[in-house]
Parts: sequence; C-alpha cells; structure tokens
Amino acid sequence: MTEKKIQVINRLGLHARPAALLVQKASRFQSEIRLVKDEYELNAKSIMSVMMLAAEMGSFITIKAWGEDEVQAVEELAKLFEEKFGED
Amino acid sequence: MKNQKKNRIWLGISASPGIAIGRAYRLNREEIKIREENLSPEQIEDEILRFKKALSEAKIEISKLKENIAKKLGPEHARLFEAYILILEDEFINQQIFTGIKEEKKNAEYIYNRVIQKTVQTISLSRDEYLKERVADIFAVSNRVLNRLLGIKQHTIEPLKTPGIIVAHSLGPGDVVQMKKGNVLGFVTDTGGKTSHVALLAKSLGFPAVVGLKTFFSSLKGEEMLILNGDEGVVILSPDEPTLKSYEAKREKLLERKRSLADLTSLPAETKDKKKIELSANIELLSDVETAIENGAQGIGLFRTEYLYLASSDLPGEEEQYQAYSSLARKLHPQNVIIRTFDMGGDKFVQDAERVYEANPFLGWRAIRACLDLPDFFKTQLRAILKASSLGNLKIMLPMISSLDELLKSKELLEEVKSELREKKVPFDEKIKVGIMIEIPSAALEADSLAKHCDFFSIGTNDLIQYTLAVDRTNERIAHLYQSFHPSVLKLIKKTVEDGHRNGIWVGMCGEMATDPKATSLLVGLGLDELSTSPLAIPQIKKIIRSIEFDQARNLVEEVMKLNNSKTIEKFLDEDYQTRFSNENSIGA
Repeated sequence: MTEKKIQVINRLGLHARPAALLVQKASRFQSEIRLVKDEYELNAKSIMSVMMLAAEMGSFITIKAWGEDEVQAVEELAKLFEEKFGED
Repeated sequence: MKNQKKNRIWLGISASPGIAIGRAYRLNREEIKIREENLSPEQIEDEILRFKKALSEAKIEISKLKENIAKKLGPEHARLFEAYILILEDEFINQQIFTGIKEEKKNAEYIYNRVIQKTVQTISLSRDEYLKERVADIFAVSNRVLNRLLGIKQHTIEPLKTPGIIVAHSLGPGDVVQMKKGNVLGFVTDTGGKTSHVALLAKSLGFPAVVGLKTFFSSLKGEEMLILNGDEGVVILSPDEPTLKSYEAKREKLLERKRSLADLTSLPAETKDKKKIELSANIELLSDVETAIENGAQGIGLFRTEYLYLASSDLPGEEEQYQAYSSLARKLHPQNVIIRTFDMGGDKFVQDAERVYEANPFLGWRAIRACLDLPDFFKTQLRAILKASSLGNLKIMLPMISSLDELLKSKELLEEVKSELREKKVPFDEKIKVGIMIEIPSAALEADSLAKHCDFFSIGTNDLIQYTLAVDRTNERIAHLYQSFHPSVLKLIKKTVEDGHRNGIWVGMCGEMATDPKATSLLVGLGLDELSTSPLAIPQIKKIIRSIEFDQARNLVEEVMKLNNSKTIEKFLDEDYQTRFSNENSIGA
C-alpha cells in the first residue's frame, strides 16, 4: 500500500469539476484507490463519493492505493491537488 | 390585496449582472411525485433493465447538451457535463440501486430517489457554501433520470409569447442554454447561489439573473411587472411609475454605453493623424476568442499555450495542440494569431524523478531554456503549430530569450521539423514568421543583433520590469519597488523599438503596461506598432489611441525621457491622461 497526505489548496475545494478530474484520473489506474478524510474513507473512482467527502479548502486528505501501479497513482493524484486542478 | 402593493422589494443573490424590465412568466413544471411500489420477484429483472435504460437515455441527453454548450461557449464550460455523466455512471450509487431493487423488491424510482436524497444530505452537511451548491448539480442529473423513469417529458424552455422574465422555482444549466436572447430578458429563481453553474452560464450568455429568492416563485401569480436588477441581486415586484421610469433610464444608459463600445469596435485603432496601431488581445483559453472579437481585437497578440497544459492537467499531445491552434487560426482568419511556445517552469515537462528544487525559479530552468533541453518535447509543439499554419495567419513567439544563441537553436529545431514535414508532404506555412519576447534586459540590450534573425519583437513588460529592477513581483515586502515607469525600463523599451525598426521588423507589447490607459500615449509616442491587451481593455485603449496626435505623443516621450524618477513619470502621465479623459475613465474596463 502506498499513501500520501495532502492538503486541498484550491480556493473552491473539491467541487464538481475537480472531483470529475480526480475521478477520471483515478479510473486510469488498476489500483484500488481510496481517499480518507477524518473518519470517512471513500472510493476515489466514484464522483459521488468524492463529492461526499465535502473537502473544502484547507482540509487534509490521505490518498491510499493498493495495486501494481499504486506508487504512480498516488503521485499523480497528489499532483492534481498540488496544481489546484488548474484553477484559481 | 397584499399583491396589489407597489414596489415590493425582494432581496436575492446577484447571479449575473444587467437590468431587465418586463412581465413575469411563471414556469410551471410537473412536480416529480415518487410512489413506493412493491414488485413481484419476476418483475425485478425488468425493473433493473428499466433503470439501466433510463440511465443510458439520460446519458444521451446530457452528451447532446455537452456538445451544444461546447459549440456555444467553448470546451471549458462543457467540462461540467463530463461531471454529470460521471454521476450517471457512478458505481457507488448504481450498485446501491441494483441491490435495493433486488433486496427490497421496490420500484426503481423509489430506491433511486432515496439513495440520491441520502447522498445529498451528507453533502449538505458541509459548512462550505460552494459544496452545498453542488447539490444542484446532482439534482440536475437525478431529475433527468427520474423523469425518464416516470415518463415525464424532459422540460424545454419554449419561446415566450412576448419577451419577458422567466420566474422558476429552480433552473438547470440545460434550461439556460435553451433561452433565446431578446425573448428571455432575464430570469429569477428561488434556489441557487452565486457560484452555481446556472449563474456562470447566465453570465457567459448575457442574461441578467437573480437567484436564491427562496419563496418568490410561489408568491407570484404570473404576468406581474418586474424589475430585475442583476447587479445588486434585487427584484422589484409591481414597480410604481417613478421607479419604473428611473430604472428604464438606467437601463438605457447601460445600453447606450454598450452601443458606443460597439460603434468603436468597427473603427480602426489609429491616431488622429492616421498612424495605425495594431490592437490585439492576449488570451489564455479558446473561449476568450469571442470576447476578444466582440471587443474589436485585430487578432491575437499572445496565446499563452501553457494554459493548454493547466486546463487538461496532462501534457497536451500533438493532436490536442494541433486542434487548439487550428481552431484559433480558423476563428481569427484573416487576422493573425501569435502563439507563444510553452512558458512555464521546466519541472512541468519532466517525470517526477527528474524534478529538481530550484532556489530561484524565476531565474531558473523554464520556458525556452527547458524547451531547448528537451528537444523532442519542444518539437512536438512546433510540429503542432506548423501543421495548423496552412491558412498563413499563425506566428510563433519564443519566450525568455536571453541571447542570440537561444534564438538560433530554436530556429534550427524549427527547420528540422519543417523538413520532416516536407518529407511527409504535410502542408504548412513555409513563410511562418518567428518572433521573440523581449522580457530579459540582456535581450533588450542585444536587440540589434537579435532583430537580424527574427521577424518581430513583443515586449513582455511584467518580466522585463522584474528582471531590470531585480524585484520578485510575487514578494509583497518589495512590491513598492516594482515600478512600471522606472526610467531604466522605459529606456530599454525605447531601445528595443529603435533597434527593431532600424532592422525593418515590427515591435509590439503584450505585457500589462499595454493594458494601462496611463501608458498608451507614451507607448504610441515610443513608436510601438502593436499593443496586445486583455480583451476587455481593448475599447478603452482604442478610444485613447483615437484621441492622440502622434506628434504630440512623441513630444510627450521627449518630456518623459528627461525625468529621472518613476514616481514623477507616473504622475506626469497620469495628469496627461486625466486632462484628456477626465469624464470617462472607466469605459469597457
């Protein structure tokens, strides 16, 4: 398992468009990928789950992945957050 | 009698600016009523199929909507509908529906509605306003599915019999796209917020709108006169004569200003003594093109290609780039489009393993420096530009050139790509022009020799100022030292123009200084051939250009060049500007 903790830094949080980008990217990987925030742990390949995380700006999320491409998956998803999903 | 009261003011949320005055059209829609039904075991399989069919039909509808919006407003707006499709295809949701139907033996709409409501509840618990508004996105999708399941026809917005204001409990993006300009004057809804997609679309399409009026819809009979003030988020129900008159005057004034801008659009950007200035636009997104053309841009003076990367979060491949460049070329033809090659930190181009921390990224491995180190990557971009160049109106601009060597190397790579294309018999513009950004002091000082090897200069003032004055423009503690009108900066601009002209090439400017109304006289006087500004600033800058005598502007330059302090220069330019435009300094900006 690979995991990485990141912070949501785009102003508007994980709203529909970033959530869509995240889910599309996550779906390209073989690995099982989950996002953890507080006590919630949800499937990163489901847009409703990602929106249910209600991750606003400033919140911390842990990305976890299990599978052959887990390292790359976690890195690339973390990068999306770092680059603010191309927003702001 | 309560409804007879005049001038009842409703406070809502301003979603899209503008003033509309007209009769209310209540949009009555069939309510979605969900009934709970029990199924016999043999009905279950059919019920699941029925649900799957509703999903796929809703998907077709949304895909059509997506295409429609992409055509009307550009691909960025269409992204939202990708999210809608993901919601439809969400396994996390759909698995719950399948299991629900099977285990509880209930009808699809009942189970679906329950799962959606539960999901929405969780999202609504968030304290974040923005996320709460996403609930509207989920309902926009789930209502489509429910309508399909219940056999309710998907709502359409029929043209109103006479132009009016639509009042609805709630509207979705799909509704707004169907509204016809001139027929629908604006709209008002009980639900929604400032950042809802409905608000964004209303703004892009130019419909004044007030949302979040809570109970307005149900308290209205229909046909009442309304004043919709989208600037302030206010709706006035049944206004009295004086209020109506004052708003009509206000609306007229706004229209008048729009018309005078439109008149300006068709006029050339030239001084009183007929010196022509090419006035073009800086853009980042393909959807900015319409705004640029509406405002009278004579072409694109700077297309920032790095936004292709930022928008797609992946390095755009040759095909994606080609599509973007050729669409620009087609939209602007016969006007020119200057495509600036990737201008961003080098770490964006390479795999994570090769990323290196830089102490001074602004002085680091970026733009042309990174491109020349990664020739395959750079050649992909050059190839995409060349392939899109057949119409003959694309130009290439290289950022961050600091020495002749970099220019020559870049041109060598360009020649390599050209001969590869010739071999493959791919058509392209053989005479494509190559220019450079002058944004590093060394390039300005070497302008004479650089000019002998390229077709144009475009001065990037933001970086030129930062590098000349050694001021990091993102560091607030030294922000006061970032002085656009520092004499050293003006000297470098003057030298660049003179060296360019001596060698017979044109010189433009695409930095922020070109957008500053205070600077326009000075820049015209300095002899710049082209100014590329933000699209919305074009009318104002054009207005200033049309008020200038070129000779006077040259005198102004002489005076300014005698001053040795940026504050004095700025004050001098400001006074000159104020005396000529004291009454109207906010046009179009």
